[in-house]
Amino acid sequence: MQRRQERWKERFTRVHETLTNCLPKASARMQLLYLRHTETMERNRRRAVLALLRNAPVLKSPGPQYPRRPFAGCIAVPALCWVLGFGAFASAQQAIAIRDATVVTVSGPTLRKGTVVLRSGLIEAVGPEVASPADAWIIEGEGLNVYPGLIDGASNWGMPQNLSPGGMGRGGRGPEDRPGATTWVKAADELQPSDPRLERARSAGFTTAAVFPMRGIFCGQGSIVNLAGERAGDMVLAPRIGQFLTMSQAASGFPAALMGTIAYIRQVYLDAGRYAALKEAYQREPRGIRRPDYDRALEGVLESKRILLPANRRVEIDRMQNFAAELGQPAILYGMQEGYRSIDLLKKAGAPVLVNLRWPERGPDTNPDQPENARVLEMRDRAPSTAAELAKAKVKFAFYSGGLDQPRDLQKAIKKAIGAGLPRSEAVRALTLAPAEIYGVADRLGSIDKGKIANLVVTRGELFDDNTRIEMVFVDGKRFLTAPETTAPGGRGPVTNRGNER
Amino acid sequence: MKRLLSIAALCLAARLGAQTILIRNATVLTVSKGSLKGSVLVRDGKIAEVGEQIQAPAGTDVIDARGGFVMPGIIDCHTHIAVDGNVNESSVSVSSMVNIKDVIDPEDINIYRAVAGGVTTANVLHGSSNAVGGQTVVVKLRWGRSAGEMIFAGATPGLKFALGENPKRSGSPVGNAAARYPATRMGIEDTIRDAFIEAKAYKAEWDAYNAAVSNGEHRMPPRKDLKLESLKEVLEGKRYVHAHSYRADEILMLLRVADEYGFKIRTLQHALEGYKVAKEIAAHGAGVSTFSDWWSYKVEAFDAIPFNAAILQNKGVLVSLHSDDAELMRHLNTEAAKVMKYGGLSETDALAMITLNPAKQLGIDNRVGSIEPGKDADLVIYDKHPLSNYAKVQKVLIDGTIYFDRDTEVNAQPLRAAEKQKLLDKEKTPK
Repeated sequence: MQRRQERWKERFTRVHETLTNCLPKASARMQLLYLRHTETMERNRRRAVLALLRNAPVLKSPGPQYPRRPFAGCIAVPALCWVLGFGAFASAQQAIAIRDATVVTVSGPTLRKGTVVLRSGLIEAVGPEVASPADAWIIEGEGLNVYPGLIDGASNWGMPQNLSPGGMGRGGRGPEDRPGATTWVKAADELQPSDPRLERARSAGFTTAAVFPMRGIFCGQGSIVNLAGERAGDMVLAPRIGQFLTMSQAASGFPAALMGTIAYIRQVYLDAGRYAALKEAYQREPRGIRRPDYDRALEGVLESKRILLPANRRVEIDRMQNFAAELGQPAILYGMQEGYRSIDLLKKAGAPVLVNLRWPERGPDTNPDQPENARVLEMRDRAPSTAAELAKAKVKFAFYSGGLDQPRDLQKAIKKAIGAGLPRSEAVRALTLAPAEIYGVADRLGSIDKGKIANLVVTRGELFDDNTRIEMVFVDGKRFLTAPETTAPGGRGPVTNRGNER
Repeated sequence: MKRLLSIAALCLAARLGAQTILIRNATVLTVSKGSLKGSVLVRDGKIAEVGEQIQAPAGTDVIDARGGFVMPGIIDCHTHIAVDGNVNESSVSVSSMVNIKDVIDPEDINIYRAVAGGVTTANVLHGSSNAVGGQTVVVKLRWGRSAGEMIFAGATPGLKFALGENPKRSGSPVGNAAARYPATRMGIEDTIRDAFIEAKAYKAEWDAYNAAVSNGEHRMPPRKDLKLESLKEVLEGKRYVHAHSYRADEILMLLRVADEYGFKIRTLQHALEGYKVAKEIAAHGAGVSTFSDWWSYKVEAFDAIPFNAAILQNKGVLVSLHSDDAELMRHLNTEAAKVMKYGGLSETDALAMITLNPAKQLGIDNRVGSIEPGKDADLVIYDKHPLSNYAKVQKVLIDGTIYFDRDTEVNAQPLRAAEKQKLLDKEKTPK
């Protein structure tokens, strides 16, 4: 707390100094500092004017953790800048050039002194010799590293509570009741742009996520989603990327056992196959045939082009690989806690996998005197080495947040994989280009290439280094600043897009 | 860990390398053809020769049994080990859509411990919470292999039924579980009848469809229903029924229902009152897989007697002894010995109850259950007679591959303990 206050104090003192000394020739550093407030300004411009006229404070009351004096600066800066006519910088159509930065393109070689030009939400140009357009607002990239925005390979960010992981509740009397099946639900349709986790994820460098409903057995269909936008529609890059399955059991009713869940899924796929055949026959010649009954659960199954299946232990990896083959579905296995000892299976199957960044830990309630299986101990020790082993074996994989959403935890988890032997470049790839390729959106996402969506993360220091600071992220070419780490999640009540108002 | 792995790798290499093995200097308990002092020759996973004097061909691995005993691998007709998740799909009264085969956990340590107790094949059953339970599977305990590699290829799959207290007490819900029909023994009969009425209609639908298709007619196939599919297989004799049962009256009920609907009960599991209706069981052709001398653990087990197995056998019923328990599974040999005390059966009869008889009940006696040339080389080497309390398993072979070796195991234990301690210490050290 003390440190944070100091930081803010320092920052605002600098702004005041710059404003008084250097105006109207704003330095790059000052511009950068100014930019930290542009979103706020945009949103509050009108209110700022009114407030200035009335000479009254405008912004929502800050949390108790923010000191009063710097907060005054917070009002002063956007207001003053608006008055001075800096508002033009905020336009989304405005080109932005990040000049002379280290550009980690991922798809190609890293540029030691490169320039990235963003315009209209896309990457207009990238290269060592790219000239900044005349109208571009320039960010001096000296000492900055630019990466493609990080992508969470399987996420629940932005999903409402009723689609978040949790018990599936009451089951049915059998597979025909379709318990725990919301196959037709699409993440894109349920997205909540106000989810505070989106801001936290951005602060950890994530700009995009493969978001899935995660409640039930047939949880629903995922979507590739940008982690910022005014409306949900702005955020969706690909609405249907696959059906998320879990091996859950019902609190009461069917299915009550793992084998019940498996039998249920098998029956649903048999039914879906028959449903498709009946519909096709009816389509061909409706006269003389009783129409097939509309079944939304089966509709959702049929429109899912791939499935995601849970597999942590080697036994589960083997089981789910066979199951996917039996169902005839292209599958992505997620979990991979024992991936390090399942490389042979994964290599043979050749299918991509998702590695959970929430590394297994000893449960808080485990009895310290209870002897634990050596295999479980080994799994906890070696799970973070899975990524390194997969990279070595050239099995395509991506990371996913697995419920982590605090920047500090995410960074720590990724560092753990690097510490267990994963080359840093592979770690970056597993959070950028790899997930884009796995979901078939690498033509628009995942690397810094001309024409791709302008999702970037800009750091001071190398990504995942201990002292690295994430300076800003760009989502669809729009810049977001890193929010300070929140304390306990939910501790400040419902928070909506407050990150840039501080 | 690395050292352990290299040991494991060496073992595996040794396993794969040996195509021909001679077990010599042993008393061979063949079960089917008496016993002899001599050797067993194993080639390509099968028993090649049994005799007093066998010349080892060049390149043969010789195992000296040191005057011990060789018997066929033990077969447990009733176990619930190696199952991932709940062993009961207890939400419904007819759960024949679920299959134990889907959830075999080949890394369940109980498998290795069962092998160390001489068990080489097991019938892994669904639990007994439903009148018609789940599909069952026969596995060979090839420890270290995948689930798929453990399945006993060619063994007839089964379907678990259950009568009496277990399936009916789910009618009185515990906690937040929903009440479920049936709550009485009458209801259990009704549930089974209902299931087979449905299954017969299903079978008729498919038979009609298949007939039409073979006549060249083009038709949309009926809906495939996994629940009824396995019951249809029972009606067609392609799937065995293993029925958990205790009381004589419910045993008779089930045999009559089966006769009425035209299917067979392959085995009655437990059947502690089987001795009361031995003739009827024999007449139906059902086998019995029972405990040696376990009783009074619930009301319906009060009328049990340790002579059950012997009486049933003497009345012409094929009897095996099972474990139904991971621990009991590790010493089925001493369970078998009990039928010599209670009922005066012969040594061979006693051994047959944990080898050849369960093999017959599971329809795999052409492959396993006795030491005969041509059968799978599933063999257990004991230091003393296996019906003795003092006998210890020395080596266990499945398909001619050593899956348990007492010396190797004993040597590896301190190393394993050290590896485990290292992991524990590492976890405790703050990072």
